[in-house]
Parts: sequence; structure tokens; C-alpha cells
Amino acid sequence: MRPLSKTAATAFALLLLVAAWQAVVQIGHYDRSLLPSPLHVAQGIVELARSGVLFEDLQVSLLRFAAGYFSASVCAILLGLTLGRIRPLWTLVDPIVQVLRPVSPIAWSPFIVLWFGIGNAPAIVIIFLAAFFPVLLSTVKAVRSVDATYLKVAQNFELPPLRLLTRIVFPSAFPQIAHGLHLAIGTSWIFLVSGEMVGSQSGLGFLIVDSRNVLRLDLVMAGIVLIGVFGLLLDRTVGLLERWVGRQWGMEK
Amino acid sequence: MEATGLSKRFTHKGRTEPVLNDVSFQVGQNEIISILGKSGCGKSTLLHLLGGFERPDEGTVRINGQPVTGPSRNCIMLFQHYGLLPWRTVLGNVELGLENERLPASERKERAMRYLRKVGLEDKAGAFPRQLSGGMQQRVALARALAVQPKLLLMDEPFAAVDTFTRYQLQDELLRIQREERTTIILVTHDIDEAVYLSDRVLLMGANPGTIRTELAVPAAKPRDRGHEDFLHVRRTVLERFELTRAAPAPEFSI
Ligand SMILES: Nc1ncnc2c1ncn2[C@@H]1O[C@H](COP(=O)(O)OP(=O)(O)OP(=O)(O)O)[C@@H](O)[C@H]1O
Ligand SMILES: [Mg+2]
Repeated sequence: MRPLSKTAATAFALLLLVAAWQAVVQIGHYDRSLLPSPLHVAQGIVELARSGVLFEDLQVSLLRFAAGYFSASVCAILLGLTLGRIRPLWTLVDPIVQVLRPVSPIAWSPFIVLWFGIGNAPAIVIIFLAAFFPVLLSTVKAVRSVDATYLKVAQNFELPPLRLLTRIVFPSAFPQIAHGLHLAIGTSWIFLVSGEMVGSQSGLGFLIVDSRNVLRLDLVMAGIVLIGVFGLLLDRTVGLLERWVGRQWGMEK
Repeated sequence: MEATGLSKRFTHKGRTEPVLNDVSFQVGQNEIISILGKSGCGKSTLLHLLGGFERPDEGTVRINGQPVTGPSRNCIMLFQHYGLLPWRTVLGNVELGLENERLPASERKERAMRYLRKVGLEDKAGAFPRQLSGGMQQRVALARALAVQPKLLLMDEPFAAVDTFTRYQLQDELLRIQREERTTIILVTHDIDEAVYLSDRVLLMGANPGTIRTELAVPAAKPRDRGHEDFLHVRRTVLERFELTRAAPAPEFSI
């Protein structure tokens, strides 16, 4: 699909969703405190924007997300490059990863609060955990499927080990790593809210908890809408980056 | 280059199969020799042993008297699928082998460009491998190999994937460049014409396990004429030898 028609399709789909929401509210005659209508939520968003809470929370959330996501990506890629190159080591580490990975980062939250206190840290750690494993696994897989011919070429030109890693293994694995990064952005964004419900006093997750406590369901819904929209934007941005990588690397014409 | 008593076995699903058995031959400086044999007889395996990419179960490979223990810049292999790095430009690919050397960047670029010029691709320096035809990619791989000035060039079916016209053109280019660079070349092929046209000697390989059955000197002077009597004569001899050296009972076999 061409980019323009894709944008149009996205806009149309979102419009459809809002229309369905409005229809449910009207047909069901739901009370505003039970299911706020799109208009009420829009008013809520405007209210949040006016008071400045919106931008503050959004900024805090995005910064936490960036900190958790990028530190996880760097750690996972470095570790993945090493583990992927040393076969016996991965055989040992793989079961450990498979035991840790299915545990939801939220399950760790009591420990996380104990170890990291409150404030920014718990949210960042939870986002870190959510992003870490998908990136690690895709990096290891990518490194292990590097074309044997490239490795032979590198051997033939006597590239030293570190240069082999930076000049051959990493670039060759990069398209698949980029795919892992794309997946991870989705999973870790999901955990942003839960992360901020644990011991934070700000951010979109806190906005939701706080609004629930004062029974402002329109603001709860406003928080949900914002998280959804920004999740979509992040995904699209990274998707564009991934496609660019694919083109640069000659995966597609 | 000297190979003595090379044997190689592969174990597959618990069964050990000899792929090469007691292969010995010598190659002199500036020689071009071809290893000719049908698909699956172990030509690529032999080339990998010569280049040090795999260790023989028995036997040794020596270059200038030194035993080969692993791949080295002395002896560059051109792979069947070129092995160009798709994320680097043509120039970047040619520079790959020069990055070890303590050369200033400008000198490195200059040397890479010199070899690109040699293969007629200086105007493609900024292109990516995917934007080039198969024949051009093969030329880039050749320039990359020559840029490190190896003593020995190993080529695995270098022109198998290009059309006949391009193949003829590339073969002539290879002969010209070999004269200029004075590189020794061992090339593997299953194309009889190519073997006869390019090389000073042709080694005929038999299969199961791979051995060198016959060695054939190609007397005709270079540059050769593809339609010339001598060329056709040697070609006929190769065909005959292949018939004679074929393991009996004869399997279905056509060239
Ligand atoms: N790594 C390996 N493990 C097991 N068997 C192998 C391996 N490499 C090659 N073989 C076997 O060795 C034999 C010779 O393979 P090789 O690739 O050397 O043949 P070839 O003469 O180059 O064939 P082609 O002309 O098709 O390239 C084949 O039967 C192949 O199955
Ligand atoms: Mg082969």
C-alpha cells in the first residue's frame, strides 16, 4: 500500500472505532460515569491539556519509556551478539532465558519496589524487562543465522574478532534485530501503564489510577485513548525505520 | 602450491562418507589450473581445504612451503555466490580487505578504486551490490580479492551464474588481469570449454570418493581462439578422458 492510502486507511479505521463507541453509548443510554462518550473524553483531554497535566504526564511517560526501552535494547543487543557467537554458552543460557521470559514483568513488582524504591525507577525497570527478552532472542537468532559465506569472507581477509563483530556480524544481523526492536516497542509500551501504577506519582499510568480514585471515568478513558494513540505512533515510526533498514540492506528493492 | 594426500570425510546421520580421497597435485607460480568434475564430486570441498576453511582428515596443503592452517590473505577464495556484503557499497566491499592494513583512508580508497578500474566498474563505486547484474557482482568480488594482492586465487564456479556472452567476456577479462597481476589461479568448474579456454592444465576429477583421475596439459598458446582446431582438439580429449576415466559400471552421465 502507498503511504498516503495507508494513512487514509488508518484514519478511516479510527473514525469507525469512534463511531462504534458513540453508537454503543447512544443505544445503551449509558450514564456518563459508566461509559463516557467520545465527546466527553475529548473534553476531558482538552481539560487535561489546559491544566498542563497532559503534557507533563506524557513527557514523563515518554522519557521513562525511552530510558527503559533504549537501555534494554543496548544491553540485549550486546549480550545477544556475544551469546549468539558462542554456541556452548547459549546452550547454557537459553533455558535460563526461557524460564525468565514468560514471567510478566509485573510479577516482579513487589521486588522491584523493594530494590528500586518508588518514582521513576520501577516503571523504567518494568519497561526494561518487557523489552529485554524479545530483543535478546531476536539478536541471538539473527547472529546465529548470519550467512556462513560472510564469515568465511571475514576469515579470509583475517578480520580480528572485534572487527568481525562490528563489521560483519552486527550489520548482517541488523535487519532481524530491527524486527526484534519493533516487536519489543509494542510489548514494552503495554507495560508502561502497569509500570506507572507501581509506586509512581506521575505519567499516563498514574493519570489513570488517579482519575479512577476520584471517579473521573472520562479522564480514565482519556488516558487509555492517549496510550493507544501514542502506541500506534511509536509502532508506525519504528515500522518506517525497519522498512528503511530493509531497503538499505537490500532485503527489498 | 602443493597438495599432498588430501582426504576428507563427512559424517552424516551416523554414516561416514569419504568425499575426497588421496588428492595430490602441484601448482606453479602464475599458473591457471582448472579442476573439472561433475556436480557433487567434491570440488568445492577440495577448494575449501586448499583455502584453509576446513581441515583435511589426512594430507597437507602448502603454499610456498608453508603449511596452511587456516584462511589467510595469501590465498583468497571467490565464493560461488560472490559473498558481497549487501549493506556496503561496491567501494566499501572492495575496501573490506584493506581495512586491516595500516593505510590512510585516502590511500585505501585509491587502491580500491584502482582495482575497480581494472574490472571496469569505477563508475559503480557508490552503488550497492543488489543494483548490479550477476556479472558485475562477480567483478566486484574479483576486485575485492585482487586488492589485497594475494598469491593465490581460488575460484568456485566463478561464471556459472552468468549468461554465455557475459561469461566469455569475464573469462577474457580474467586472463588479462591474471597477466597483469601475475596471480596464480585455481578454479573449479563443470564447464569443459571454460576449463580448456582458461587454464594451463586441467585436472579431471572423479566422484565417490573424489580423486584426481587425470591431468591434462593444455598446450595451445594464450590468448586462445575458441573456434581454433587446437582448442577443439583438447576439448575432445577431455571428453574422451571423461568417458575412459568414468567409474564402471557407468551411471547415467551427460555433459
Ligand atoms: N559440510 C558438509 N557436511 C556433510 N557433507 C558435505 C558437506 N559439504 C559437502 N558435503 C558432501 O560432499 C560431497 C561433495 O560436495 P561439494 O560441494 O564439494 O561438491 P561439488 O563438486 O562442489 O558440487 P557442485 O558442482 O554441485 O558445487 C557432496 O556429496 C556433499 O553432500
Ligand atoms: Mg560446489
